[in-house]
Amino acid sequence: MTKMFGGFVALDSVSLHLNQGERLGLIGPNGSGKTTMINCISGALNSDGGSVLFRGKQIQGLPAYQRARMGIARSFQIPRPFRSMTVLENLCLPIEYAAAGRIGPLNVREQGMEILETISFVDRADELSADLTQVDLRKLELARAMAAKPTLLVSDEAMAGLSSSEVDEVLEILMVLNGRGVAVIMIEHIMRAVMRFSERIVVLDAGKKIAEGTPDEIVQNPDVERAYLGQ
Amino acid sequence: MKAPLLTFWPCAIAIFAAGFIFTLIADNEFYFFASYVVLQAVIMATAWNILGGFTGYVNFGSAGFFAVGAYTTIALNKAFGLPLPFLILGAAICSGIVGLAAGYLTLRLKGVYFAIATLAMSIVFETIANNWEYVGGASGAYILTPDDSLFFDSYIELLFMLILTLAIGSAAVARYMSSSRMGRGLAAIRDDEVAAECNGVPTLKLKLISASVMGAMMGVAGAPYPFFVTYVDPVSAFNLLIAVNAIAMPMIGGTASWIGPIIGALLVGGAQEIITVTISSEMNLLVVGVMLVAFITLAPKGIVGLYQDYRKKKRRQGTNQFSRLTA
Repeated sequence: MTKMFGGFVALDSVSLHLNQGERLGLIGPNGSGKTTMINCISGALNSDGGSVLFRGKQIQGLPAYQRARMGIARSFQIPRPFRSMTVLENLCLPIEYAAAGRIGPLNVREQGMEILETISFVDRADELSADLTQVDLRKLELARAMAAKPTLLVSDEAMAGLSSSEVDEVLEILMVLNGRGVAVIMIEHIMRAVMRFSERIVVLDAGKKIAEGTPDEIVQNPDVERAYLGQ
Repeated sequence: MKAPLLTFWPCAIAIFAAGFIFTLIADNEFYFFASYVVLQAVIMATAWNILGGFTGYVNFGSAGFFAVGAYTTIALNKAFGLPLPFLILGAAICSGIVGLAAGYLTLRLKGVYFAIATLAMSIVFETIANNWEYVGGASGAYILTPDDSLFFDSYIELLFMLILTLAIGSAAVARYMSSSRMGRGLAAIRDDEVAAECNGVPTLKLKLISASVMGAMMGVAGAPYPFFVTYVDPVSAFNLLIAVNAIAMPMIGGTASWIGPIIGALLVGGAQEIITVTISSEMNLLVVGVMLVAFITLAPKGIVGLYQDYRKKKRRQGTNQFSRLTA
């Protein structure tokens, strides 16, 4: 796909493929087009050229809420909780909206509590989301993505600014999700996390895909080194 | 503030019955005129809050929707001479459509830009009304109240019962919208529209529904107005005070719940009526202004917010005492 902002080419014929249940790392220097890419996937933006296929269906041009209902969830780089709602209510929303059509009628609050259990967050259920700390907001962000019952989760820098033990906690949550068959695209600057998490890594630089491979291959790739460190 | 279904409807019926008894025993017509104005304010405040409070889009054009309702009544009455319920229905449809159209054109705008667009829209409608001779143009239109006032002593009693019914109906609609799945979707839009969309909330559709219901409800508030005042001109129908009240009352009562605007309207509207009679008719505007400033600075979540904070504090104190006892 290609995406232009005025004359600036943010994505230049980048092609990306993801298998069912795969863990993909998407890395690249700042401004390389990572967030634009996932905005085009989740529907916040529409690409100018190319197409987006999800489970064999053309989703190019569909509004974001419909893509969410089809099973594409995303978490935001800067957490965007529903501030007037409690933690549990934050989860009930995607269950009622994004997931409801696919998994039929269900007990919304029970489902929400179940997700809180998997991330050991039950005791915080009735806390107002506006009162949470930064790391808890990140967890809520992922929990809300889980609540949408996705088949693809796009995680945009879920760990930026966290301490290394907190990074481990968030990684743990992502692994649990993946274990349930959810494919994950992870954008991350924390290399330790990306390398450990990803089965495959795609590197973007200035809107172009410059490398693709397993974490080990990427580490040894001279192009990647050049993009990150210069010559 | 979620009153269970079992208490809402009995309360509504009790209020309706009390209003009916009121028409039987009170014989000073002033009470009905004053109550009518307050109940009209209840509908306006409730309507404003659906878009302004639940969805987070501040609308300055309330007077425009109100006037569309009033002028629909005048036009339909002049053209077909329909009975009042049909006029109200027609007004609801017309201003609902206006709400939908205005929403479609302006809801992409955020914050202050949306507020300005709605204000401008109201001015556009006023200009149209000023130049539309059929409904009286700038000089206004007289409307004759029917002689028949059913089994009530006077027509104002009938209008009072009518607006009371409409107010209860508005409260029921607002209550349903805030406590349903749709209400939670609207709250998500208010909190963070981008995140709402990404969680499967059809934001544009819900905003349009919200704008249409708001418009229709304001039209309903305006529909009986020509019969109430018997003379309507653009200056009175598009009065800025209508728009200011519609914003001030929910702000003072609390915008997060359906009951906030009702409390605000009863309080501010009631105070205005009392002050108009006891002190002066100019004073009542000042009162709204002072109350609004006081609440925005001291209690931004309104009376309902104050009550909730009080409850929360009390509960916390309760648990503290409990833990002290058990320690």
